[in-house]
Amino acid sequence: MNDKLERGMGAIFFLSAAASILAVALICFFLLVNGLPMIFRSGPLTFLLGKEWSPADIPPVFGILPMIAGSIYITFGAIIIGLPVGVLTAVYLAHVCPKRIYGMVKPGVDLLAGIPSVVYGFFGMAAIVPYTGNSILSACILLGIMILPTVVAIAESALRAVPEQYYRGALALGAGHYRAVFGVVLPAARSGVLAAAVLGIGRAIGETMAVIMVAGNQARMPVSWLKGARTLTANIVIEMGYAAEQHREALIATGAVLLVFILIINLTFSALTRRKA
Amino acid sequence: MRPSERILAGLTWTAAAATVGVLFYLIVFILIKGIPYLKPSLFSLTYTSNNVSLTPALVSTVIITAMSLIIATPLGLFAAIYLTEYARRGNRAVVLVRMTTETLAGIPSIVYGLFGLLFFVTALGWGFSVLAGAFTLAIMILPLIMRTAEEAILSVPDIWREGAFGLGAGRLRTVFRIVLPAAMPGILAGVILAVGRIVGETAALIYTSGTVAQIPATPMQSARTLSVHMYALSSEGLHTDQGYATAVVLLVVVILINAASAWIARRFGAKK
Repeated sequence: MNDKLERGMGAIFFLSAAASILAVALICFFLLVNGLPMIFRSGPLTFLLGKEWSPADIPPVFGILPMIAGSIYITFGAIIIGLPVGVLTAVYLAHVCPKRIYGMVKPGVDLLAGIPSVVYGFFGMAAIVPYTGNSILSACILLGIMILPTVVAIAESALRAVPEQYYRGALALGAGHYRAVFGVVLPAARSGVLAAAVLGIGRAIGETMAVIMVAGNQARMPVSWLKGARTLTANIVIEMGYAAEQHREALIATGAVLLVFILIINLTFSALTRRKA
Repeated sequence: MRPSERILAGLTWTAAAATVGVLFYLIVFILIKGIPYLKPSLFSLTYTSNNVSLTPALVSTVIITAMSLIIATPLGLFAAIYLTEYARRGNRAVVLVRMTTETLAGIPSIVYGLFGLLFFVTALGWGFSVLAGAFTLAIMILPLIMRTAEEAILSVPDIWREGAFGLGAGRLRTVFRIVLPAAMPGILAGVILAVGRIVGETAALIYTSGTVAQIPATPMQSARTLSVHMYALSSEGLHTDQGYATAVVLLVVVILINAASAWIARRFGAKK
């Protein structure tokens, strides 16, 4: 093949690789340009720390602290439920289960990751809400399940990256199998476990549809685990359909705040995984 | 076994059983709630407010999936080729590409939806359309396709490339004649996973491709996918049972997609 084609295709490959740079730049640009003016017009503190969200009032009041709090409560609860179960499942997969069972459990965990969030939502509406109501707790339980595959995958690869000698050394010192795994291997993989938690937080805070279907979505400061709350993500989906002007800008600003949260979480995650490597 | 060993063993087994148990419970639950409402009328060609047929949504799902893949697959594949075969190690552009790809992978779907609304729907003036939805989803699945393609390409042994170079093939010919054919199953497995992401997506589509329950005649019309259809049914609250029936269809599709991807990846792994 001639030199021209060779160089031309090389350029095309490079441009394709640059597409993701362009995409991130466009996403940040459009969200910030459309969201920030609103935040600065009403004052960042009033917007971020305002406890009242009443877009229908005259004049409208836009404070997103209730949604920030809702997202934090629900994410925190989801981690409390999903992290221990996920890490223990990862220990099971990496160090306990026989190969034949691994071949059945692992695809199951992968399937859990592939189930659409609306299906989780329908499941939550019928299997969780009847017991705990449209509440923060319901959302925590459902999200705890939804982040399992993420936590399991990252924790498992972290556990597998621990050198075999650590485990053998522990056995040689008289530890049993489980004590060697929990006392030596798991602590050695702790940065990976932390990374799993961080990515789980990212998943939970960004989840939208399933949360809307079980969390009640009241735009008020969370009052109890058994009462409803609204997340940042839910705020956007619920009101974007009919919002106009200032209200619409406030919702885009909500998205910008969410994006900033996610970027911080992503940076933390890559810092954690890079140090290990 | 010492008591402490026994407790740890109990915890581990319980957690694993809970994970698998939840999966089974969810699947069985959706099947039990949905199968009684899987009637032929649910598959009639048109959607009406009395008969919430899922056929238009099913067809729209296929259309949006195909369009997103047509956009994202070449882009992701070429990017992976650049990163693995062309770029020099430690090149600053490569570091930036990797960082942004990681970032894209972590951005929640509602943020993609907002971006699609601001950029494709509003700034480019496409309106609520299948095209806007497909472009939004294409960006969303790009990191997944890039990463899986990169892994597949990296797992082709270097000695094959050296062999091709030794026989006088250029870099481009080596990539297309030697590397890509060998990496194809891995690339395909990634594309299938991307199909799963698209089929399950809701938040990124509501405000880009919109929620009209029709088979789109042109890419500039609005249409809803199965997932969006389910959400619409749940938020209207009148046909929740049909929502569960739709969930059964969606669940079956997702299970098939996952099985196909795993099967291809396994065959690939065995060959290596």
